[in-house]
Amino acid sequence: MTAVTDGARAEQDASAPGASSTAAGRASARPAAPARRSRRAGLRTALEVTFFVTPALVVFGVFVVWPVIKAVQYSLYSWKGYGPLVDFVGLRNFAYVLTNDVFTDALVHNLIIMVVSIVVQLPLGLGIALLLNRRIHGQGLLRTIVFVPYVLSEVIAGVIWRQLLTADYGLVDTVAGSLGIPTPEQGFLGDPRFALGAVMVVLTWKYLGLAVVLFLAGLQGVPDELHEAAQLDGATWWQTQRRITIPLLGPTIRTWAFLSMIGSIQVFDMVWILTKGGPAESTNTMATFLYSWGVDRNLIGIASAASVVLFVVALVFAIAYQRLILRRDLVDAPRSSRRRTRRADREVAA
Amino acid sequence: MSAAPATTRAPVARRGRRTVQGGGNPLVYGIALAVVAVTLTPVLYGVISGFRTNTDLSRNPSGWPSPWVLSNYTGVLTDGRFWQYALNSTMVAVITTAIVVVAGVMAAYPLARYQFRLREPLYMVFVLGLLFPAAVAVIPLFIMITNDLGLGNTWWGVALPQAAFALPTTIVILRPFLMALPTELEEAAMLDGASRIGFFWRILLPLSGPGMVTVGVLAFVGSWNAYLLPLLLLREDGMKTLPLGVADFSTRYAADIAGIFAYTSLAMIPALVFFLAMQRRIVNGLQGAVKG
Repeated sequence: MTAVTDGARAEQDASAPGASSTAAGRASARPAAPARRSRRAGLRTALEVTFFVTPALVVFGVFVVWPVIKAVQYSLYSWKGYGPLVDFVGLRNFAYVLTNDVFTDALVHNLIIMVVSIVVQLPLGLGIALLLNRRIHGQGLLRTIVFVPYVLSEVIAGVIWRQLLTADYGLVDTVAGSLGIPTPEQGFLGDPRFALGAVMVVLTWKYLGLAVVLFLAGLQGVPDELHEAAQLDGATWWQTQRRITIPLLGPTIRTWAFLSMIGSIQVFDMVWILTKGGPAESTNTMATFLYSWGVDRNLIGIASAASVVLFVVALVFAIAYQRLILRRDLVDAPRSSRRRTRRADREVAA
Repeated sequence: MSAAPATTRAPVARRGRRTVQGGGNPLVYGIALAVVAVTLTPVLYGVISGFRTNTDLSRNPSGWPSPWVLSNYTGVLTDGRFWQYALNSTMVAVITTAIVVVAGVMAAYPLARYQFRLREPLYMVFVLGLLFPAAVAVIPLFIMITNDLGLGNTWWGVALPQAAFALPTTIVILRPFLMALPTELEEAAMLDGASRIGFFWRILLPLSGPGMVTVGVLAFVGSWNAYLLPLLLLREDGMKTLPLGVADFSTRYAADIAGIFAYTSLAMIPALVFFLAMQRRIVNGLQGAVKG
C-alpha cells in the first residue's frame, strides 16, 4: 500500500495520538513488516474491497453512468428509437434545441422556479422555523403537520391541486369569487399569464415543509448559552434571531438552497400532472420538454440533446455554487467540529 | 452520564430556553394556525370531498357534504385495479429498498473503514452521482430496460434504476455513520480471530441497524412516490403503481371529481401512515444528507 495523501486520510492520522502529519514521518513510523506478507495483505484487502463494492458499482454503472453516456451518444444522432443508430448529425441537435423557443423558454422557466423557490421559501421557511422553535403548545404536532405535503407524492398533491384550481368549480375560484376577486376565465392553470405562477404556488406548498424541518434541525444546534448571553446584554428576541441565530444557521441554509436549486433544475412530476407544460407551452421545464419530445414524439436525438443541456446546466450551477458559496462552510468546518468537542467536554464535566 | 447531574442541569436549561426563545403569545399562535390551515386545507378538502356527490360538489364547491355518501370510497376500494396498483407499488418499493440497503451498506463499509489507495476517488464517483438528475438518463434507460434487458413492465425493471439513483444518497449518509463506530470494536474482533468479513457480518451489520433503517425508509418513500420512471417503464395497466393509477384515474374519469378525491385520499394513506411511523428516521436521514 502506498501512502495516501488525501484529506480524509490525513485528518484521521492527525487525530490519532502521536501520529506525525508528514508522509515521510508516517512511512518511517510504520513497523517494517516482511514485504511478502504485506503484499498478500494488500491483495486480500483488494479482494475484500472488490467484493463489497461490486454490487453498488455494477448497479450504479449500469443504471446511472451508462444511460448518461448513451444520452450523450444519442444526442449526436438523428434517431427515432428503432433501427440502427446511423444518421450522425454532429451538434445539429444541440443547435436545434438551443434555438428552439420552446426549449429556451423551458430553461428560463427552470431558472424562474429556482430563483422564486429560494426567494420565497427561504424567508417563509425561516420564519416558520423560528416560530416553531419557540416554546409553544403542540410544537411536535405542528412540526408533523408542516412536513405532511413533502411526504405526499407529487402526483397526489398535483391531482388534488388541479381540482382545487379548476376554473369556476374549483375551491380557489369559488373562494376568490365569493370575496369578489376576479379569476381568469380558463382558471389559473389554463391561462398562460398565470399558469407558471400557479405551479409555483403549488411547488411552494409542497416543498416549504422540507425547508422548515431542515432549518429546525439546524436551530437545535445553536447553543442556548448564546441566547442567554445576548439576553443578558439586553437584546430583544428579534435582535437575537437576526444577529445570532440566523448567522449560525448559515451552513444549513446554504445546503438547503443547494438542494432546492438542483431540484428546481429537474422539476418534472408536478408540472406534468398540473399542466403537461401548457397552456401554450407556458409552463414547460427542460424535463417536460425532453419527455414530450423523446417519448411522445419519439425524437430521441433531440430529447437527448435537451437532456445533455439539462445535465450541463445542473453541473455548472452545482460547481459554481460549491466554489462560490459552500467553500465557506468547508473552511468553517474545523471550527464547528471544535465547537462540538467543546460541548462534549462540557457535558462530561457536568 | 449519571442521572444526578442531568436533573440539576435540566431546570436551568429549561428556564433559559423558555425566556430566551420566547414562549407562545396570541400572535405566534395565530401565525401557527394560519400555517396549519394553508398546509392542511388541500388535503382535508380532498378527503371530505370524497364523501360528497358530484352534483353536490358542483352546486357548492366550498360547502360541507350534504348528503354524506360512502359510495366514492367503496367504489375505489372494490375496484380490483386499485389493489393491483397498491401491490405493484409495494413490491417495487420493497425491491428498491432491499437493493439500496444491501448494496449501499456493503459499499459504505470499505469506503468508511478500509485504507486503500482508491478509496476517496471511489467515494467521489458516488458523490458525483448526486448530481446526475434522473431526467437526464430516462430516455436511454427506457430504451435499455425495455428493448435490451426485456425488463419493461416488470417490478425489477423499475426497482433497479430507482435503486441506482438512490445509492449515492445512501452511501453519503451511511459512510460517516459507519466511520463513527469505534475502531476498538474492530481491533477487539480481530484479536478474537474474526476476519474483516466476519466483523462486517457479526458486528458492523447489527450495529448499523439505525443507519440502515434511515436509508431504507428514504428509499422506500422515494420509490412509493416516484412518477417519472414508472411512467416510462410501466406501460401495461396491470403493472402500474399507485401514482400512475391516480394520474390515470384523474384523466380518465375527469368528470367524476368526487371519485378523484376519494381515490387520491385513499392513495395517500399508506405514505402518511408510513411517514407518521417513521417520522424521526426520515427527518434524521434528510438532516444527514444535508450535513453531507
